[in-house]
Amino acid sequence: MSAAIEVRGLTRRFGAFTAVDAITFDVREGEVFGFLGANGAGKTTAIKMLIGLLAPTSGEARVAGHDVLAEADEVRRRIGYMSQRFSLYDDLTVRENVQLYGGVYGLTDPEIRERGGALLERLRLVHAGDARLGTLPLGWKQKLAFSVALLHRPAVVFLDEPTGGVDPITRRQFWEMIYAAAAGGTTVFVTTHYLDEAEYCDRVSIMVDGRIAALGTPDELKRRFDAATLDELFVRLARPAAAAAAGAV
Amino acid sequence: MALRSPALGAFMVKELRHILRDRQTLLVLLLLPLAMVVLFGYALRSEVNDVRVVFVDPAPDAATAALRARFAGNGRFRIVAVAATTAAVEPLFRRGAADVAVIVEPGFAGRLAEGTPARLLLVGDASDPNTGSTIQAYSRAVVAAYQAELGAAGPGARVELMTRMRFNPRLESANLFVPGLVALVLTLVTALMTAISLSREKERGTLEVLLVSPLRPWQIVLGKVLPYLLLAFANVVTALLAAWLVFRVPFRGSVALLLFASLLYAMVGLALGVLIAAATDSQRAAMIGAMAGTMLPTVMLSGMIFPIASLPGWLQPVTYVVPARWFIVVSRGIMLKGVGVEYLWPSLLVLVTMLAVLLVAAIRRFKARLA
Repeated sequence: MSAAIEVRGLTRRFGAFTAVDAITFDVREGEVFGFLGANGAGKTTAIKMLIGLLAPTSGEARVAGHDVLAEADEVRRRIGYMSQRFSLYDDLTVRENVQLYGGVYGLTDPEIRERGGALLERLRLVHAGDARLGTLPLGWKQKLAFSVALLHRPAVVFLDEPTGGVDPITRRQFWEMIYAAAAGGTTVFVTTHYLDEAEYCDRVSIMVDGRIAALGTPDELKRRFDAATLDELFVRLARPAAAAAAGAV
Repeated sequence: MALRSPALGAFMVKELRHILRDRQTLLVLLLLPLAMVVLFGYALRSEVNDVRVVFVDPAPDAATAALRARFAGNGRFRIVAVAATTAAVEPLFRRGAADVAVIVEPGFAGRLAEGTPARLLLVGDASDPNTGSTIQAYSRAVVAAYQAELGAAGPGARVELMTRMRFNPRLESANLFVPGLVALVLTLVTALMTAISLSREKERGTLEVLLVSPLRPWQIVLGKVLPYLLLAFANVVTALLAAWLVFRVPFRGSVALLLFASLLYAMVGLALGVLIAAATDSQRAAMIGAMAGTMLPTVMLSGMIFPIASLPGWLQPVTYVVPARWFIVVSRGIMLKGVGVEYLWPSLLVLVTMLAVLLVAAIRRFKARLA
């Protein structure tokens, strides 16, 4: 199986501070990859480099077979992105949001109509197609944002804390959508704060202080670190860093 | 790279929808130029109407009657009292019942006929110095016209008053304000609105999603800016129509040139708006930045209201970097003087240079900050 994301010694410094410190890992095609870490561990900086919002200080990364720095345009066409902040427009209707993203990713009008229609049907939102997005509940909006990020059928989709502030039932549905996308061949790269969600991932990595402290399937990691749950493991890995930081202050 | 890229098209459709959907803002933006022209035109005038004159004429004769008739017939002046002695003036001033006293010496007609100077004293109520000096100037203009008439009729009196107001003979301040108002309206719609709309996307996180998409930074900037350019154009037309219909502001030069200059100035404003949005992190900061960085200088330092020559010396060089200053030179030149490119090219060139510099800076800043 070939790699959808290849990261080699990726580093980003801000002045004297090293936010991401020479991380190296691969994500396989069609995998659901959980990217975990405490706040400030360097997750967001790492994602920003992978989606081309931030240039690496050193090291390299290839996403969907293209270098994120040298072939940024190729990468952009092949990835989907859902930010942790809600990323659609409240003052546009559901259909207009779909049209916008379809258009921006270069889909033709018939393609947008066809895929957009199927998308609304899947989400059971056909009746709300002409409603302003702002009138829909948050859970629906999140699911729509995810579907829109998949509209152009990207090879890799990046989800940055996609389920923040969403009720458990919607979270469940959201993860069903993630599995469906992965089954369709899309690689899913997801960050989350909910460690029960991390158990749903094929593999997870845990970032501590800019480095990857652990990487493997949830079961492997629990066995290796002798932890009952990922939650326990996470706290154990993240705590020395937090303690050191507190000591330094 | 084609301008007709479908991605850019989709983005602009979205931008237009934002503008059209926000009905209240749109309505305000469309009616604003109209309201501003009317308000500024009426409220912000430096000229004074209905100047009340007390005419002191100890020995009325044909010459003083003619002078009085000149004041009475001017339209701006109203003779509230005719007195025989100067004693009548003081109480009227104190009560605020008169603004200016025109005092002629006895034997006025006789002196004029002899060729000896016939003296005339203008006393203004200068408790409001601006109004006072304006009234003085108006009165002098009336006297000067009278003297010119005398000079044409015969040997006449020695005429020393040479206050001649070119281009704006009746000192209509609407004429001076309207070309500046166009600048103000354009600044508002371009710099302020772009800064707000772009920083809104930044604040809400939608800009990040756009930057991850295949849209290029210049496409995002262009897509943001073009709809506002359209709106700005509609505003210029409304403001000019209002000025012409309500205040009869003359339109002596080329309309096409004025529209071109407005477009140029609007683009400068848009580039400023993008820069401000790129430099700030929230809508609120962008709004304050746009107010302080563009609106304020446009009102205070462009010569729109306060003549640049009357600013303190150290402040005058600052006006060189205020785009509105150059635009106002152009718009006044076209509207009031009827001059064309042959006289206005230096100011136009300054605006083109500003645009080039700002555009490069805006796109670079935009890229550096977010990519």
